[in-house]
Amino acid sequence: MEIKSLKKINDFLWELPPVGEMRVPGLIFASQKLVEEMDEKVREQITNVACLPGIVHASIAMPDAHWGYGFPIGGVAAFDAEEGGIISAGGVGFDISCGVRTLTTGLTKDEIMPSLERLIDKIFQVVPAGVGSEGKIRLTPAQIDDVLAGGAKWAVDKGYGLPEDLEYIEEGGYVTWADPKQVSDLAKKRQFREVGTLGSGNHYLEIQHVFEIYDAEAAEALGIKKDDILIAIHCGSRALGHQIGTDYLVTLAQASKKYNIPIRERELVCAPINSPEGKRYFGAVGAGINCALANRQVISHLTREAVYEIIPQAKLEMLFDVSHNTCKVEEHVVDGKKRRLYVHRKGSTRAFGPGSPEIPSRFRSIGQPVFIGGTMGTCSFILVGTEFGTEQAFGSACHGAGRSMSRKRATKTWRGDTVIKDLSAKGIIIRTRSYRGVAEEAPGAYKDVVEVVNAAHQAGLAKKVAMVKPLACIKG
Amino acid sequence: MKLWHETFEHGADIGIRGKGRTLEEAFSNGAKALFALMADLSTIEPQKEIHVECTAPDIETLFMVWLNQLISLADIEKMVLSEFKVTIRNNNLTAVARGESINPQKHDLGVEVKGATFTMLRVFQEAGYFVAQCVVDV
Repeated sequence: MEIKSLKKINDFLWELPPVGEMRVPGLIFASQKLVEEMDEKVREQITNVACLPGIVHASIAMPDAHWGYGFPIGGVAAFDAEEGGIISAGGVGFDISCGVRTLTTGLTKDEIMPSLERLIDKIFQVVPAGVGSEGKIRLTPAQIDDVLAGGAKWAVDKGYGLPEDLEYIEEGGYVTWADPKQVSDLAKKRQFREVGTLGSGNHYLEIQHVFEIYDAEAAEALGIKKDDILIAIHCGSRALGHQIGTDYLVTLAQASKKYNIPIRERELVCAPINSPEGKRYFGAVGAGINCALANRQVISHLTREAVYEIIPQAKLEMLFDVSHNTCKVEEHVVDGKKRRLYVHRKGSTRAFGPGSPEIPSRFRSIGQPVFIGGTMGTCSFILVGTEFGTEQAFGSACHGAGRSMSRKRATKTWRGDTVIKDLSAKGIIIRTRSYRGVAEEAPGAYKDVVEVVNAAHQAGLAKKVAMVKPLACIKG
Repeated sequence: MKLWHETFEHGADIGIRGKGRTLEEAFSNGAKALFALMADLSTIEPQKEIHVECTAPDIETLFMVWLNQLISLADIEKMVLSEFKVTIRNNNLTAVARGESINPQKHDLGVEVKGATFTMLRVFQEAGYFVAQCVVDV
């Protein structure tokens, strides 16, 4: 993106001044280098979002923002229903509530190393992953509605996990406003056999060790120390979420016409939040969020069973669970006034600052934990939300590094088996059912996560707490 | 374009394109491009068939809806598909798609496709051929 056309606010904040039909400015939280590396399409998408009815404060881009569907991936925008605000599938994404959950294990690197290979093999055996994989749970149409209404709480009630897990999930494990009736029978049918599956693409289950601590006080509050072993699970709402996206693209396209919403491209089809179509989509998104939370809860349970079988002294406890493809209704102070807003976070993570009642009491004074995933060959980061981020970006941070190379080019550049061999030489075990998938996800196909995380930290969106490195990874 | 079905680059996702002497053939080859993302088409035997019917307000949306129907039906049946016989009349499509149950040992699996999208969605004629394309979310 050409830097000259942007107004520099500081080294890590750039403004696209509102021109033409833009109702608010664009704000990009990133270093000059990251902004310069962004596609011009990102500017276009930030601008298009800034033109949508009812948008409040700014059309925001995270440090890893890249060309997405309608909204940029790494895009944040909040809308006021009372001012004609809209809800858009392009601002949520196809994989509703895709997110990262991290568990502590009570083990150190030295304790796990002798059993690492056996452990990852066991988890690979019990957690279904890859194209067409099926879970062990079979649901009936009535049961699927319970999943969509109950989220992770449904899973815990069914014996998949512990009641105390729920406190460490956004919204306490389920959103109350989910409306399973707004999800098509086809979407539900696709999910009957997919609860508790990892999926494919960039989804993973990773055994990590804490490599470096940056903030000792926050790390202590989160209960992590150097060399601790963590398990991170990255996946979403599976076929049900995808089908909601597909179904509502058509509904929202019709609604955009019906309500004469001035959209600048077809990908931004949307409906007024207060319209019947908008309410239906929001209810369906809630159901998708609960589906994803239930899914990660079941996978956590399967992982716990596998770990306890191999290492009985381990104790898997929830660190936190954050989603990064959502639209949620939240209260935010804008220009000194408290407002109820529909916050779209597309490929960006909620990152509430210290004191928010949404944060578990154990670390409320520190800020909400944020997980930023790297690649299977590099590292990931744990951060906490800040007051500045809450005020300036509706409490949001980036969610990953973002691709630097297309999947097509990646498969031409690398071979899956060679990638696995190279990682093995670096001490990282990979398990997969798709060599092609591994090639597409090769570490070299992604931007440098360190730079993205440093930009998020320096911009003040979230504060770095720890860096973790992978020891073993299941790729979907 | 040399191939009858191909992919094209698009940021984090990927585009699929089918070309044919008729609209039906372009739609059929577009579906091949879609399933080539999920598996190696040459490894799929046409053992089972599924029937597809869909409609849309215009021909471009019909291409997107067609692909999304295939994604949903193949997912429910846990199948990968490789052969498609398509008929289109006035933006109504009927088709028979053939393939077999997914077998990770046999099919050289790639990536799951979440959905076909409006991005770069185009159906057009070029040098006497029909072309249908769009970006799919993976």
